[in-house]
Amino acid sequence: MAMSDLWLHPAVILLAGAVLAPLLRGRARTALLVLVPVLAFARVLCLEPGAHGVVGFLDWKLTFGRVDKLSQVFGYIMTLMCILGSVYALHVKNPAEHAAAWCYVAGSLGVIYAGDYLVLFLFWELMAFASVFLIWQRRRAQSMAAGIRYLLVHVFGGVVLLGGILLRYHATGSLAFDAVDVAHPDLASWLILIGFILNAAVPPLHAWLPDAYSEATVTGSVFLCAFTTKTAVYALCRAFAGLDVLVPLGVAMAIYGVIYAVLENDARKLLAYHIISQVGYMVAGVGLGTQMAINGACAHAFAHILYKGLLFMGTGSVLHMTGQSKFTELGGLYSKMPWAFLFTLVGGLSISAFPLFSGFVSKSMIVAAGFEEHRTTAAFLLMLASSGTFLHTGLKVPYFIWFGKNNCSPATWERAKDPPWNMNLAMALTAGLCLWIGCYTPYLYKLLPYAVDYHPYTAYHVSETLQILLFTAVGFFLFLKPLQPTATISLDMDWFYRMGGRAVQWLVNKPLQAFDTWVGELYRVCGLAWLMASARVSAWFDGRVIDGVVDGVARGVRAAGDRLRHVQTGQFQNNLAGALAVVALLVLAYALTRL
Amino acid sequence: MKLVALIEFLRRHLKLVVRLCWLVLALLVVGDWLLVDKEHAHTPAEHWFGFWSVFGFVACVVIIFFSKWYGHRGIMKREDYYGDE
Repeated sequence: MAMSDLWLHPAVILLAGAVLAPLLRGRARTALLVLVPVLAFARVLCLEPGAHGVVGFLDWKLTFGRVDKLSQVFGYIMTLMCILGSVYALHVKNPAEHAAAWCYVAGSLGVIYAGDYLVLFLFWELMAFASVFLIWQRRRAQSMAAGIRYLLVHVFGGVVLLGGILLRYHATGSLAFDAVDVAHPDLASWLILIGFILNAAVPPLHAWLPDAYSEATVTGSVFLCAFTTKTAVYALCRAFAGLDVLVPLGVAMAIYGVIYAVLENDARKLLAYHIISQVGYMVAGVGLGTQMAINGACAHAFAHILYKGLLFMGTGSVLHMTGQSKFTELGGLYSKMPWAFLFTLVGGLSISAFPLFSGFVSKSMIVAAGFEEHRTTAAFLLMLASSGTFLHTGLKVPYFIWFGKNNCSPATWERAKDPPWNMNLAMALTAGLCLWIGCYTPYLYKLLPYAVDYHPYTAYHVSETLQILLFTAVGFFLFLKPLQPTATISLDMDWFYRMGGRAVQWLVNKPLQAFDTWVGELYRVCGLAWLMASARVSAWFDGRVIDGVVDGVARGVRAAGDRLRHVQTGQFQNNLAGALAVVALLVLAYALTRL
Repeated sequence: MKLVALIEFLRRHLKLVVRLCWLVLALLVVGDWLLVDKEHAHTPAEHWFGFWSVFGFVACVVIIFFSKWYGHRGIMKREDYYGDE
């Protein structure tokens, strides 16, 4: 029952870093913040293909380290993004935020290298419980509420996933995390699929994403936008490649995100809707399931993590400097924050798949795979969505923040300037990578799971893309007036559980309370008070004479419980963090005794 | 700062910039007609002259007006719709 070999999981480096971060101060912490993700990235680069970290646990053999081409491309980009995100967050003083971010990335890496569903589930939950702190750390009342909603949705998804895993184990006796028989999926597979697509934010299970990401901290949303959805894309690639229903779902996602982005006034929420749209391409790619489509899904996830991170960094730097993220509170900032503008524009052109930018070499693989499989409608709809992508992320975001009507209050205008050096450095590095991927295709294509026989830079493809994008720009400037942002929010699927929660609260407050009062009154009127008094006398006798010894023990326990009650502060967030720490200690203790 | 100076230079000559943009668009369509090999086209419609230009423009207009129509069907609400929370 020992580890088959001493195999260092890259997630362990990040978890150790998360423990160390609060212990260091000043320059030592700055050094740690760079060193830990760099070490994790280096560890990923050193991994050898095969099954590592196989641990016996009860009757099962758990595989923590399945290393192959598919897990490596995701491990590579996740740790790379962790470096960039950590540099972007260097100025953050609160160590809890760094620790939460690294635990979250560790969860993602744990899922990516998991060889069985039990390990996958463990890290899947770690991701949910670590990431919610990136939302809560913003410490606004709205962030607290959004975090709780986020957690509830993910706990629900986790339970469905666990149900699927258990059913599957019951039916097959296997926990292996491998390709599902997509031609004949059983109930267990559907449940697992629901768990996965909830994290991939497939409508109608998507509303948690814009709700939470727009409420997270500036640096937290840079992490959030990369890991949860793309880890789910990895899981879908692994288990559900070729499941046909994912094609219409992916196309619907791509368009859904674009529609809501038109209506959105908050820049970060707009970007969050575009995550749904972009992940739609990847989900559709998984549904197509051909080698080219899976390559496309992986390539697009890779490119997407970088340019979406860059976009959240750019708009995040505006929020960090000005305290505003709504278009109706911003505008005309180009002279104040020119570099943030330039970097955000690079992100916008990358997501829009402009030639020479990263999206161009990745998104087109999925669309081309769609045309090759003769899914013409799906492919054309994806082309339509890419027009919408440029419309919002390439045009609307830069235009209404840095140009357009200046809606800044004097205070906002006063505060606006380019962000701290570390934010600029992270943006410059990420922007450089977006261009590098777009200009030198072998860099990305060599990392993909299958051999690539695809050339994005044909005259036809370049001409086609430029026409779509530039004529979208014509539409944007012609219809600038209807596109003016308004100070509104848009109702989405979260309406159901937000309002549902209220209905339950009302039910508890009003009718149940009334019923309770009525019952109490009935007792009193029927003279039960006298009966209760006589019962109290016999209870006194019972308690003093018979239970003396037993009660001694009980009082001791109660006193201990009392002391424990005073230790915890009553804050849900603190309690959860404490509980997680205890669980982590127990797991660690168990692991140490097993080694 | 040079970047700001460049942006302000372009803004001062906005008319010229806009004319240049129209020129680029025209060249793009003409280039697509005369120079681009349509062998890679997936469907017959793509062989039409300027197909993707029209597609891009129509897609943009459809997205803008459909979304606005949808938003005004009771989806867009005041910012305090959910209360303060």
